[in-house]
Amino acid sequence: MKYLCLVYSDENDLHSLPDSPKDTECHAYAQNLAEGGQLVAGEALEPVSTATTVRVRGGQLSITDGPFAETKEQLAGFYMIDARDLNEALRIAAGIPPARVGSIEVRPVRPLDV
Amino acid sequence: MHSDTQQRLARLYQDESRRVLATLIRLLGSFDLAEEALHDAFLAAASQWPREGVPDNPRAWLVSTGRFKAIDQLRRKARFDESLDHVADSLYQQSEREVFDDDDRIEDDRLRLIFTCCHPSLAPEAQIALTLREVCDLTTEEIARAFLTTPATLAQRIVRAKRKIQSARIPYEVPGPAELPDRLDAVLQVIYLVFNEGYSSSFGDQVTRHDLSEEAVRLGRLLAELLPDPEVQGLLALMLLHQSRRAARTSAGGDLIRLENQDRTLWDSVMIAEGEGLVRRALVSRRVGPYTLQAAIAALHADAPFAEETDWNEILGFYDLLRRAHPSPVVELNRAVAVAMRDGPRAGLNLIDELSAGGRLNNYHLLHAARADLCRQLGRVDEARLAYEQAIALCRQAPERRFLEAQLKSLAG
Repeated sequence: MKYLCLVYSDENDLHSLPDSPKDTECHAYAQNLAEGGQLVAGEALEPVSTATTVRVRGGQLSITDGPFAETKEQLAGFYMIDARDLNEALRIAAGIPPARVGSIEVRPVRPLDV
Repeated sequence: MHSDTQQRLARLYQDESRRVLATLIRLLGSFDLAEEALHDAFLAAASQWPREGVPDNPRAWLVSTGRFKAIDQLRRKARFDESLDHVADSLYQQSEREVFDDDDRIEDDRLRLIFTCCHPSLAPEAQIALTLREVCDLTTEEIARAFLTTPATLAQRIVRAKRKIQSARIPYEVPGPAELPDRLDAVLQVIYLVFNEGYSSSFGDQVTRHDLSEEAVRLGRLLAELLPDPEVQGLLALMLLHQSRRAARTSAGGDLIRLENQDRTLWDSVMIAEGEGLVRRALVSRRVGPYTLQAAIAALHADAPFAEETDWNEILGFYDLLRRAHPSPVVELNRAVAVAMRDGPRAGLNLIDELSAGGRLNNYHLLHAARADLCRQLGRVDEARLAYEQAIALCRQAPERRFLEAQLKSLAG
């Protein structure tokens, strides 16, 4: 079953706290998951200042600057993983290095009803 | 014969329905299917057993009948929705291999059910509701009444929790050794919350809601039997030792009676003996946790034939262990009260004032109540009055408030 692990953190100090992970550590963790067949995809994201939000309302396209919601923590990256069940997904999420400074939201992927 | 069988069936439902349900959930992979199957299995028993006699192994009969009924049901529905046919087939093949299991596996099912209902990814109130519904077989109406909410709200809470179990795929398993300690803590917390809600409900008119604390003790016993861990024994001991004072804890008029004023001959000596035995066993284990330490303190109270003979020295020893291993402001407050009992009110008050300066318990009515008592003992009447008033303003439970109001009234001046 696929789970999306969303990495949230305050991007102002994501890279500057004593516990902040280095890119090399994140890369190694993803590599490790990939070798075990548990990684579907995973990327780090540019800061929310680079985000654009797209909406279509009544056929009208609207494009606005910034993330969907202004919050204290921002989406900093994601891992799409393949896990046996939620317990395995939570184990994997707990190992994601920025879990030490931010938080990881684990969301089951909903198979489309087609 | 007829009514005999019915009586036996009723008893069987009481003794076995949760076991059968726990196994059916594993075999069918769904709470809802399993509940329906359980219902159908008992219906079938009620119609067949009076004619054909009770089978040799009624539990196995109920499990296998329930399983077949569920698969039948899916096949019938498959006439309208083909995808269900496939579900029914794979369920049939999968569970066929697992039906005739040994008793250990069956006992494990009950643990699986408990750990699944208390999974930390469910909201705490959902864990409690689901545990009381599925493990204890309380009706949604009963649970709603106990938690002063509407049956509709409660039912929705349970439906949502079950949906999350299904769609996030929370596994039906006992956690492995690496995760067991944390996960067990979550289960113990649910049981203790249920107990406390029954023992000193945070809302409402009554001091105790016996059903809930009895339910929690029953759960504790079940868990201790399935998983003989020292902290499980510690929690069971703690609940039994508190429960033993039930008859002495309130007056005929429903008013609260403080520990030192209770008629100790009303304490339940059988429960105390059982609780003390459990504490002793848990204390010699290598993993002495917070429940065991609190139970040890409760056991020392239970040991004193009169309040004056309480061994405060020994009690403080356990509080010191408790605060070192599991520091919390509530532990500090209780310890301060014990210090006051051993070293006098001034020493206790100093500790409470320090705690109050830390600011974390200032909305806790018992901090102000304890402060009020100590100020009164020191003759600081104005401060005592103020503290009682603060305690009363923060207290949400009627009997406790009445008690505090009586204390306030009796202040001189």
